[in-house]
Amino acid sequence: MSTLLPDFAEMARALRAGKVSSRELTGDCLARIKRHDSSLNSFISVYPEQALAAADAADKAIASGSAGPLTGIPMAHKDIFCAEGTRTTVGSKMLDNFVSPYDSRVVSGLAAAGMVSVGKTNMDEFAMGSSNETSYFGPVKNPWDLQRSPGGSSGGSAAAVAAGLVPAATGTDTGGSIRQPAALTGLTGLKPTYGRVSRYGMVAFASSLDQAGTLTRSAADAALMLGAMAGFDERDSTCANVPVPDYSATLNDSLQGKTIGVPKEFFDDGLEAGCAQAVQDAIAEYQKLGATVKEVSLPNLAMSVPVYYIVAPAECSSNLSRFDGVRFGYRTESTGDLADMYTRTRSEAFGAEVKRRIMTGAYVLSAGYYDAYYLQAQKVRQLISDDLSRCFAEVDLIIGPTTPTPAFKLGEKMGDPVQMYLNDMYTIAANLAGLPAISVPCGTSQNLPVGLQLIGTQFAEGLLLNCAHQYQQATDWHLRTPEISGGVA
Amino acid sequence: MPLSKQDIDHIARLARLEVAPQEKGDYAEKLSQIIELVEQLGAIDTTGVVPMAHPLDMVQRLRPDSVTETDQRDYLQQNARDTENALYIVPKVIE
Amino acid sequence: MSWEVVIGLEIHAQLATKSKIFSGASTAFGAQPNAQACLVDLGYPGVLPVLNEQAVAMAVKFGVAVGAEITRRSVFARKNYFYPDLPKGYQISQFELPIVGNGQLTIKLEDGTEKVVGITRAHLEEDAGKSLHDIFSDRTGIDLNRAGTPLLEIVSEPDMRSAAEAVTYMRKIHQIVRYLGVCDGSMQEGSFRCDANVSVRPMGQEELGTRTELKNINSFRFVERAINFEIQRQIDLIEDGGTVTQETRLYDPDKDETRSMRSKEEANDYRYFPDPDLLPVVIDDDFIAAIKAELPELPAAKTIRFAESFGLKSAQIETLVGDVDMAAYFEQVVGEGADPRLAANYVLGDLTAALNKDSLEIAVSKISAVDMAGLIKRVMDNTISGKIAKEVFEAMWSGEGSADAVIESRGLKQITDTGAIEAAVDQAIADNPQQVAEFKGGKEKVLGFFVGKVMQLTQGKANPGQVNKLLRDKLSA
Repeated sequence: MSTLLPDFAEMARALRAGKVSSRELTGDCLARIKRHDSSLNSFISVYPEQALAAADAADKAIASGSAGPLTGIPMAHKDIFCAEGTRTTVGSKMLDNFVSPYDSRVVSGLAAAGMVSVGKTNMDEFAMGSSNETSYFGPVKNPWDLQRSPGGSSGGSAAAVAAGLVPAATGTDTGGSIRQPAALTGLTGLKPTYGRVSRYGMVAFASSLDQAGTLTRSAADAALMLGAMAGFDERDSTCANVPVPDYSATLNDSLQGKTIGVPKEFFDDGLEAGCAQAVQDAIAEYQKLGATVKEVSLPNLAMSVPVYYIVAPAECSSNLSRFDGVRFGYRTESTGDLADMYTRTRSEAFGAEVKRRIMTGAYVLSAGYYDAYYLQAQKVRQLISDDLSRCFAEVDLIIGPTTPTPAFKLGEKMGDPVQMYLNDMYTIAANLAGLPAISVPCGTSQNLPVGLQLIGTQFAEGLLLNCAHQYQQATDWHLRTPEISGGVA
Repeated sequence: MPLSKQDIDHIARLARLEVAPQEKGDYAEKLSQIIELVEQLGAIDTTGVVPMAHPLDMVQRLRPDSVTETDQRDYLQQNARDTENALYIVPKVIE
Repeated sequence: MSWEVVIGLEIHAQLATKSKIFSGASTAFGAQPNAQACLVDLGYPGVLPVLNEQAVAMAVKFGVAVGAEITRRSVFARKNYFYPDLPKGYQISQFELPIVGNGQLTIKLEDGTEKVVGITRAHLEEDAGKSLHDIFSDRTGIDLNRAGTPLLEIVSEPDMRSAAEAVTYMRKIHQIVRYLGVCDGSMQEGSFRCDANVSVRPMGQEELGTRTELKNINSFRFVERAINFEIQRQIDLIEDGGTVTQETRLYDPDKDETRSMRSKEEANDYRYFPDPDLLPVVIDDDFIAAIKAELPELPAAKTIRFAESFGLKSAQIETLVGDVDMAAYFEQVVGEGADPRLAANYVLGDLTAALNKDSLEIAVSKISAVDMAGLIKRVMDNTISGKIAKEVFEAMWSGEGSADAVIESRGLKQITDTGAIEAAVDQAIADNPQQVAEFKGGKEKVLGFFVGKVMQLTQGKANPGQVNKLLRDKLSA
């Protein structure tokens, strides 16, 4: 019988009441990982000894009365966050043997809050992918249907939480990499405002888009976790010096008087019927909760995917130049001159999708193409951001689907990168504009979870979590779990 | 504009990547699809639009000029494949 | 055919900050290899740059000093290329919006005329590490201590028309950055470096010739030699029917020649774009006002003040002002009460010679400004003669202490007691009747002979003025 409880609040109560210890919760996670992960492949590394030691420390803190709301709760980190003394692979052969000499802000922040990390989750290589199939460590399976993808790039984190292996996990979202897997696995996935969470120690994919966030069962859990991850960090120039509110304190605010905008462009031909229905039902639920719904328009939305596939590859082509085999990471065995060493190291250790993106980025930045591609993309990015600003002059938040379809089959889109990229058509705009967004489960289609996306203005995480929580108080989609989880919520 | 195998060679070289001869066709085809996708942007009128280099409308914070780092060389060089005499080693570079 | 030479310089001045431009690692010179290369300098996955305030302040200081426009919103960009001493595979630099815009500098040419050289821009960037090719026979070693040291790259317009002009301009920039205290100026340690863009064109032709970029020139002398070699190479090449290739060339001081750099053979496509890890650097009026308020006196103003206050020869002023440390030393000597003209003579004479002999900078002179003033004051109050002062100077230089201590311990105090001098004069006259006769016969020059004799008798300590007067009086009597 599992000791894992439906949410952090109940776990914290049980821990404080002495009904369960962190060692038991952690041990239970480790056992579930052992039992199920051979079929899911959601973890790259598991650290039983370190996890149990951290759990013991948490139990001591609880006994001494110094525990916080997250103390002793097990979780997992996407393998993109550096954690001192442990392997951080970013899903790549390039860093297969890389042991980080330092902690990322996200890792140290959650550890300081008492959360117990059991290991590092699988992901698309360097977070480049929407299906978790580009990982050097093999694809992750969707716990709802092992033939299907859990989405990506935070697919390992999503699968692990959805299958009940851990109650929560961190993720990163560059174009939808938290929200899309959350939608495809029936979880709550929060991508905060760009600059809300420090990027220090998070291996960079596209620096102007990357943002760390959470994959949890509920908005209430996300509120607690974000509180421990967010905040100013002097080591990241792009981290905002904006106070972190108590996100839990506003979860129960009423939605009366709130206006929610529905962009008509979200409901185009690309949206699968079952998904459309689930999202429409959710919008109706918000009206019941007292919100006013209003149609809005994002005329340049269709351009967000093309903009993204210039900006993100451009930044990644430069960010990944540091992987040259000299100071860390993989180095070719073959002997040759310096140019051979570079080329072979990089060609042997990067997968096909990473190479495609690096090459795309090198191309769009290269002499003669910069203005037509990169500069034009940054201009259209501004137009998309302006569209969103115009909407937010009228509405408090924007609502729509997270993905055009529920989980697709593994292998289905791997041969066609553009089809794969279009998966992110609803999620990318928030990254381009740096806005916070959340995906919450809102129904099913083809017996698979469907995600509802809410987008807010900068630093409006409190409102997003409030709206998501109110919806979760009125519905139970977020409590539904796949069979593999054994009913563990 | 579709990319040729020569284009692939050029950008692979810029990026210090090697594409095997038998893979060049596939790379050319897929990169051409991606370029075709992004070329849709050419149709958008952006006259007078200031490029958005960054989502944060903030300015660079400045750090006080003080030495805060200590020597961690031996620890950090554990991650390097080849070091000698405290130096990182690469194949001979001829200037 | 007669040729016109066109030269533009890119000067890299390492800024004299304590820590690096984007990390908290030390910039001190001479540490053990890689001991000052932290996570950020090594380009570790996940680490991020944070800009050093002093680097910005120093760049603005330079801009203000050369009357350049300060860019109110400047942007860092990535310059992408692969090289083992460039850990991230890109250099953080500035491209479209450098922190310092257009400025200019007036230089004085050999013929005494003045020339204005345009400064196109000056931008902040990070230095690369060092590739060491000579330690291992078959491999290259990389030391990343220098990686991330702040650099100000000062780019001139192609306004110079000879190697000598280029060197004059470079010296002037060197003087300014040293005056401002933004760069230690050491060419030996590489904190002040220069690349030269050189081309030639037929006299009268508007269009510029193809240029080559000369790298690795680490002394003023080599700049002149490298450029002159390159000018001749280009002219010979064209006159033999060839064409100049646009390329980077390395100056080899041992062979006194330039050669094509193999590592730079590939035409570079740097793919610059704004660095998304850094935000725009905004400089407001207050920041500039604060910099202006603390701007030190610059060479031009100092030259005028020295002329007005000290009554020195213009050549002396030029040399004193030429080096900020020498000017400061001189002023301190004068401030201690030394006569300015004597001070200038000693600083530019004995002191400079001694410093040169021992290859020392004036900042680490073996005789402090206070002690130097002490020596000059003893000359001024006739305690010692100028000649004895030379001996005292040598003794002070070898560490025997202050002027007073040396005078005391060596018994060099000048004899001003008329009785003692008179006795010596009398003896000299008595000992040399033949010369007395010669003097009386109208041979004035013999006076010098007697002065020498008296000095011999007094071990040089007699006051020369008194000796002269007494000799004249007695010989003419």
